[in-house]
Amino acid sequence: MSIVTFDRVTLRVGHRKVLSDVGFKVEIGEFIGVLGPNGAGKTTLMRAILGLLPAESGTLTVFGQAPHCGNSAIGYLPQLRTVLPDLRVRGLDFIASSLNGERWGLPSVSRRDRNMIEKTLDAVGARDLAARPLSDMSGGERQRLLLAQALIGAPKLLLLDEPLISLDARHQEVAIDVVRKVCRERKITVLFSAHELNQLLGTLDRVLYLGNGRAVLGNVDEVVTAPVLSKLYGTDIQVLRANGHIFVMSRGRDVERADHLHDHHHHDHTHGHHH
Amino acid sequence: MFAYEFMTNAFAAAGIVAVVSGLVGYFLVMRGQTFAGHALSHIGFAGATGAGLLGLAPLWGLLAFTLAAGMVMGALSERISNRDVAIGVVLALALGFGLLFLHYYTSFATQATALLFGNVLAVDHGMIATLAVLGVITLAALAAIMRPLIFASLQPELAEAKGVRLRFVSTTFLAIVALAVSECAQIVGVLLVFTLMVGPPAAAQRITTGLWSGLLVAAALALAEAWMGLTMAFYTDWPVSFCIALLSALAYFATFSARAQHAHAVG
Repeated sequence: MSIVTFDRVTLRVGHRKVLSDVGFKVEIGEFIGVLGPNGAGKTTLMRAILGLLPAESGTLTVFGQAPHCGNSAIGYLPQLRTVLPDLRVRGLDFIASSLNGERWGLPSVSRRDRNMIEKTLDAVGARDLAARPLSDMSGGERQRLLLAQALIGAPKLLLLDEPLISLDARHQEVAIDVVRKVCRERKITVLFSAHELNQLLGTLDRVLYLGNGRAVLGNVDEVVTAPVLSKLYGTDIQVLRANGHIFVMSRGRDVERADHLHDHHHHDHTHGHHH
Repeated sequence: MFAYEFMTNAFAAAGIVAVVSGLVGYFLVMRGQTFAGHALSHIGFAGATGAGLLGLAPLWGLLAFTLAAGMVMGALSERISNRDVAIGVVLALALGFGLLFLHYYTSFATQATALLFGNVLAVDHGMIATLAVLGVITLAALAAIMRPLIFASLQPELAEAKGVRLRFVSTTFLAIVALAVSECAQIVGVLLVFTLMVGPPAAAQRITTGLWSGLLVAAALALAEAWMGLTMAFYTDWPVSFCIALLSALAYFATFSARAQHAHAVG
């Protein structure tokens, strides 16, 4: 069974058509790398799967049904993580807030919830984060906490929106390894969006490349080629392969790296705004 | 000091308000919306003076204006309520209107100080009953939305994906804050609502990281500051609001130095 299907789907955010007439199928247990330039629609695509953004036209299914809000079979790690820098909330309470967080009334954490949270933290190697306040955690630790949270409730589909942002190279590798290990074990289907393809090369089954309103899903060798990417980026793209790495270049410039730097700047900027 | 009825009244009123302020303020601090709370109280000033102009009790004007402003801020949520400049402009405008209303109702001017800085020693039984009813409504509403409120405050994107209606939650919360601000202003005045609504919860969050312990400490600190402030005022003859403001600031900064010493000892 296909976990996610897009059939001639058009998604619009405000006045901007982000994806138009897009079609692809994600199969059970696949690890899909979602790539593409900034603004190509990676986040929009995930929001549509979550049922937060209705398709303007076309048919989109998740587990064979129309997407709907609050689907507990989907684990989600959002990109815009508005974690207040001063937040003195323990890791355990932070995750606990998301358990049945949509229900009215007073919050409560049962012994079962606590066990489940601790077990999941164990699975991502972050048991010690349960008792520490968020304000004392590093970027890598926070990310691991959020990953654990996304895994709670035994999801069948994991949407990870730029989980590598604000991590250094070593922590990026650790994060990818953890996702791979846990998802292979539990047969979880993963959509993992990222800026750089190379770190994911050893892990992903297929790549979903977005750009210019289009989306192409396929093996790396089929998709990451000069003709396909030139169409998606809307400019002349060269693809260089060296030592098992792939470089996507536009006029001698590494587009992924340039995007990444730009995004970091953007990230910091929005962060400053919240203060 | 409890031989005087105005003192027992003041203790009762300040006690009710302190607990409500501490609990509601805890979430205000958690959400990083303290400035919005401050603005609501200033908007309330315009309401209170406007009510005086119409011959109504200031509390009803306070309630009407802060509630309306809270709902509008909640409805405009992302666009306005976290924008310091927009809030600042509205806040200044509200104070300006407050001044205008005072200008046209000059006999009310003696009450201006009471509105701005509070007048807890003038509280009567009727006011205590009103504050108690308002307090119960405020806390009941807070309890009803607490779970989604915490989720939406800590992780808005995920909460939205799980089906929490963010706008409804934030609007309801700001309405709750409006109620708390109106009550708080009766004790310490619109200019000093920070002393009970922000000082104690902020200190509590530095002392403990747990939710329930944090709420408990916030309420206890607010209560202690309010009652100690009253006692201090009784014996020194200084204004009550000054005493509470002083204790609130002392408690908040004490948590800093305690943590600094702790860090020093560890490092």
